[in-house]
Amino acid sequence: MLTLLLLLFPLVASLVVLASGNKLSAKLALLFAVVELGLTGYGLSVFLQSGPESFTVFQEWITDPKISLNLGLDGLSMLMVLLTNFLLPIIILTGFNRVIDNAKAYFSLILMMQFALLGVFMANDGLLYYIFWELALIPIYFIALNWGGPNRVPVTLKFFIYTLAGSLFMLFGFIALYHLNPGKSFNITELYNMVILKDNQAWLFWMFFVAFAIKIPIIPFHTWQADTYKESPTQGTMLLSGIMLKMGTYSLLRWLLPVFPEGVAMWTPLIMGLCIAGIVYASIIAIMQKDLKRLLAYSSLAHVGLISAGIFTLNISGLEGSVVQMLSHGVVVVGLFFAADIIYHRTNTLEIDKLGGIRTAAPQFNTLFLIVVLASVGLPLTNSFIGEFLLLLGVFQYNYIAAGIAGLTIILGAVYMFRMFQRVMLGKTNQLTVNFADLHWNEKVVLWILVIVIIAAGVYPQPILAIAEPALRIILDNAVLN
Amino acid sequence: MNTIIYTSVLGFICMVAEILNLRKVIIPVAVIGLAAILGLTVMEWGTTATHFNDMVRTDNFSVAFGSLAIIITGLVIALSSDYYKNEQNHISDYMAIIVFTLVGGLVLLSYSNMAMLFLGIEILSISLYVMAGSRKYNTSSNEAGLKYFLMGSFASGFLLFGIALIYGVTGSFHLEAINTYLASATAVSPLFYLGVLMLLVAILFKVSAAPFHFWSPDVYEGSPALITALMATLVKVVMFGAFYRLFSTAFGNLGGYTNWLIALVAALTMVVGNLTALQQVNVKRLLAFSGIAHAGYLLLGILSITTDATSALFYYSAAYALATIAAFAVAIPVFQSAGSELVSAFNGLGKRKPFMAAMLTMALISLAGIPPFAGFLAKYYIFSEAMANGFFALLLIAIVSSIIGVYYYFKLILAMYTQPTDESVDVKFPTVYVVVAVLCVLLSLALGLYPNPVIQLF
Repeated sequence: MLTLLLLLFPLVASLVVLASGNKLSAKLALLFAVVELGLTGYGLSVFLQSGPESFTVFQEWITDPKISLNLGLDGLSMLMVLLTNFLLPIIILTGFNRVIDNAKAYFSLILMMQFALLGVFMANDGLLYYIFWELALIPIYFIALNWGGPNRVPVTLKFFIYTLAGSLFMLFGFIALYHLNPGKSFNITELYNMVILKDNQAWLFWMFFVAFAIKIPIIPFHTWQADTYKESPTQGTMLLSGIMLKMGTYSLLRWLLPVFPEGVAMWTPLIMGLCIAGIVYASIIAIMQKDLKRLLAYSSLAHVGLISAGIFTLNISGLEGSVVQMLSHGVVVVGLFFAADIIYHRTNTLEIDKLGGIRTAAPQFNTLFLIVVLASVGLPLTNSFIGEFLLLLGVFQYNYIAAGIAGLTIILGAVYMFRMFQRVMLGKTNQLTVNFADLHWNEKVVLWILVIVIIAAGVYPQPILAIAEPALRIILDNAVLN
Repeated sequence: MNTIIYTSVLGFICMVAEILNLRKVIIPVAVIGLAAILGLTVMEWGTTATHFNDMVRTDNFSVAFGSLAIIITGLVIALSSDYYKNEQNHISDYMAIIVFTLVGGLVLLSYSNMAMLFLGIEILSISLYVMAGSRKYNTSSNEAGLKYFLMGSFASGFLLFGIALIYGVTGSFHLEAINTYLASATAVSPLFYLGVLMLLVAILFKVSAAPFHFWSPDVYEGSPALITALMATLVKVVMFGAFYRLFSTAFGNLGGYTNWLIALVAALTMVVGNLTALQQVNVKRLLAFSGIAHAGYLLLGILSITTDATSALFYYSAAYALATIAAFAVAIPVFQSAGSELVSAFNGLGKRKPFMAAMLTMALISLAGIPPFAGFLAKYYIFSEAMANGFFALLLIAIVSSIIGVYYYFKLILAMYTQPTDESVDVKFPTVYVVVAVLCVLLSLALGLYPNPVIQLF
């Protein structure tokens, strides 16, 4: 019951917000998101006491093809749900004190997005999962289309069609799995236990991988990303980078590794190469960027490259690292994009060269932004440190040369983040930044919460690992060939 | 059988109403009559009966598809109450002809004899030739009517020739007799195959499959928008019903001979339909090409006869028809107030009429095959049947072409939400259009969320 409540509450909230007025909608949406977070907290306590079994929901839905309302929360899903529901109120709060026309539709779409994301993380039935996966695309498309930047129309269309193309190949894959499955169903445990011929795994792997690789994105499927992040409104960018790309990495763990172990074994060297090449490539491009939001987009591309590499190491440190880093990246990237939004809101530009000297004008913003930047670089005692450490350890166990190259991410990351910070925040003030107002109350609340979480999770990450590990062990047992 | 008779009677009532000076009540009477006929048809569910020396056979297939056809016609007639409000002089003619179109469709869904197939197609087509040209003083309407008539007659010629050849070989017009002949004959005469080929050409013409689709964009564009809606939905549904009936009963034993041909046509139709739709700026033409593309997907259902794709075909037809009617219910008032049928007529609709723009968006999302609307599961069912029958390459083409399809559906959505509004034009949506659009979108959503009742029919 709690599972259903957790899933459906944002949907109801979304409809209520849509029916409310434009003035009220932001507050109402925040209220609902906080209530949902409270419910998640309660769910987490239940989870810690009685384990994942109490969250299973099973209800027949469609008889032919056999699709059931099969929901469940294991450690991995629980963490993803936690991430989603923690970030949502924060994302909504970042929209306060900003002029948003037709706000009720905007916040309603954000909550609708939350519903779809939760569905993706909870679904244990292939087609149900697919439906939520596609559903998540619609609100974010309209958010970016209606409230985005000047070049939004072609950019968002490219994003939409690119992503949908990937999804349709996944649909093809699911249909093929359904017909290969003697039990004729999409049930996840049946898919895990299915015996699929090696030849079939070899191509089915790609049907799923392409869909996930576009969403994450892994090069060479990343061309939609920087432009879409740039053109989306701040909250849209946060949803995309903070939560939506985790759909892809989560799906690698949930739907790819355990279902196609032989396919994974066959293609891992290639995928690993792509991921690691992506890390270096994205970092170098990030160094060159003149636009703050694009720089953050490419830094995000570098980070998810490392997360994907960790997933494909197929060892427990790599997998644990990927989960920790998914959460940390979600928290950090929202902080970074919010900082960009704060700067843009006051100076009307995101060009790094035009900025500078903000520290003098806004010392508190400077400190908080610095902590988020340090976390992004992976400094010890921040949440990203433990994630990157585990990831690199995992990659090292897989292949030490790969680890050597992937390790460049730390150096290159420091280069582009600190260069950016130096040129944006330090130095002399100029006309644009001299009257830079320090933080509003909502900006303070958001950044302080993020910073507290960043440090807390960095100092004591053990609970995250404890929740994730049993689920990851099961995935690994299915994914590794004996 | 009763359905056909009652519907014909309803058509006569519409005609006679003119003489009795009862023009005002024609549309309510037609809608209520169709609702009653729908009820009577549904009650025939589960029974199989033959009529007139087995010329007509009613079974679950004809009841299900027939009900769908009646619902579609009912919705279109409901829309016509406003559409023809300035042409009250001809309202009885129009209504009678639309109802007779339905009669043709119902015959096509329950025939068991080639002669009835021909009759059905002719009743359907002749009504439509007239309706396509019903705007007497409008050149493009005249052009549409004439073009449709000439090309359609040509296709009918093929149909008759094909039937004659098949009769010559098998000695029967009867579908089951043909089937028995195919099962028992040791060597089938090549003339028979020629006959099947001609029959195929005629039917592929009527469902506007490539390369026999050239008439449809022109006719759709020139015809009055309401008739375009009727052609895009009713005609496509009943023709695919007839197609399926022909191949599942008469040519069940034909073997793989026609499969590669239909597969080729399906691939061509999907690709041509979707690619050509990309370049369209006229919404009616755009929907015509979208209809062509959907005909390609439906052909996948025809190919999958060996695994009994009836429910997949029925579900797809219903999903397609509902979404298309919803799209027309929003589009027609926009056409009328803007005086233009171009995509640009929709500019800024998202700001001016957010509710109806949302309805159109949902209809287009359903047509594009995105959950949670019926269009998604429809695509799933058809693709799944094709997969079960091993048409992998065709399926890949289908998937790639449906990705292309998204692009042109979104062209309309983009126009509504991102283009600046033309303030001088005021779009008014009459209540009946709002009701029909909402009804279709809700049904489409309901079918998408809970397809069990429909998918378990067969």
